[in-house]
Amino acid sequence: MLAIIDYGVGNLFSLKSSIQAIGTENVITSDPSVIKNADHLILPGVGAFGDAMDKLRSTGLDKTVIEAAASGIPLLGICVGMQMLFTKDFEYGEHDGLDLISGEVRDIREIISSELKVPEIGWNSLHLTKQESKLFDGIKEGAYVYFVHSYSAVKCDKDISALTDYSVPITAAVESANVYGTQFHPEKSGAVGLRILENFCHIK
Amino acid sequence: MLTKRIIPCLDVRDGRVVKGVNFEGLNDVSSPIELARYYSENGADELVFYDITASAEGRKLFTDILTEVAHQIFIPLTVGGGINSVEDFDRVLKCGADKVSVNSGAIRNPKLIPEAAAKYGNQCVVISADVKRVDGEFRVFAKGGRVDTGMEAISWIKSCVDNGAGEVVLNSIDTDGVKKGFDLEMLEAVSNAVDVPVIASGGAGCIDDFVKLFKTLPKVDAGLAASIFHFGEVSITELKDKLSRESIAMRLM
Repeated sequence: MLAIIDYGVGNLFSLKSSIQAIGTENVITSDPSVIKNADHLILPGVGAFGDAMDKLRSTGLDKTVIEAAASGIPLLGICVGMQMLFTKDFEYGEHDGLDLISGEVRDIREIISSELKVPEIGWNSLHLTKQESKLFDGIKEGAYVYFVHSYSAVKCDKDISALTDYSVPITAAVESANVYGTQFHPEKSGAVGLRILENFCHIK
Repeated sequence: MLTKRIIPCLDVRDGRVVKGVNFEGLNDVSSPIELARYYSENGADELVFYDITASAEGRKLFTDILTEVAHQIFIPLTVGGGINSVEDFDRVLKCGADKVSVNSGAIRNPKLIPEAAAKYGNQCVVISADVKRVDGEFRVFAKGGRVDTGMEAISWIKSCVDNGAGEVVLNSIDTDGVKKGFDLEMLEAVSNAVDVPVIASGGAGCIDDFVKLFKTLPKVDAGLAASIFHFGEVSITELKDKLSRESIAMRLM
């Protein structure tokens, strides 16, 4: 059973539909015992980091996620869900993240060329940097995925598994042991995205 | 590199796609679900569903169809038509829309955009503006392009973006249906005024119109069209191949 962690932010409809489409049994839940007993976990997220992190903490699920990850359950954070995996975030002030992956989340305006639009909205290609990555098994170099974001992870070089080019290389995906994150939305990235989700569901 | 997006728009009334569609391999040419699947498998980067239903039954049918489409299609879906309140946002987002486009609703109720953006984020709110030249200026029109609001379009669009709209669809009434190309002058004025993505709509008649759009106005992010795709006059696959050969970044299948 795959558990989509529900802590009161965003719309989980597309994510649930996409997991259903690849034939994986799943549940949307905020129940700590269901989360700790799941085979796979997805931490979704949209909107502002601070709000999302506050909601996760207020439900007490931050500790549940940390414990579940420590127990070895494969965990995938998507978009703001990925950003929450890091040590610190600087969206509207400094916030502590879950610290499951070492790094910081910064406003992309600090690094990209000034004429580019923020948020970055649309399809961008992946440069795969970890050949052995299970998440990207069968995904071709240069495959396109769908991004909507204004912030991005930095200082996490050793755990980056894919980059994307937005005038400078931007962190598109990370992985560290059983913890995975994608800045893009696999549930909105067509066949490529479904394959990535399927790969995740096959990680043991 | 971020690609330019090609977006087909489906007008839906009482559960059916309004404009006739004639594709090989499509059994039911006016089924929004079949058409959505066809486009998503043939290179569309995003889909726009426009609800032009007037009745409550039609609206219920529309949300049922949207739910079905969202279960099967894994590219971004934008929904517009009849969005007048935050409750309307909620209704279509729950059915699987990713973005919601507002038009007359934002003209009637200036609080709609800021309230929706605060609740769902700017990335979720699209301002769709119908604009026409009147007395030497660009004017915003309401009610599907029938009513002149008297408001100057560029400053109005800019205020919508300042209030939280994360994307702009600019539909030029002057070029809509004429099939002689997008309204580059109007699009340039809007692109220079806002720093969020701008989607060109109205006037595409052939592949070269898209080439000209993206070559002339690199700030425009996407091209939207309806009938030329529905009637098979332009195939999205061929269009994207051609744009790619012209060195315009495209997501090829």
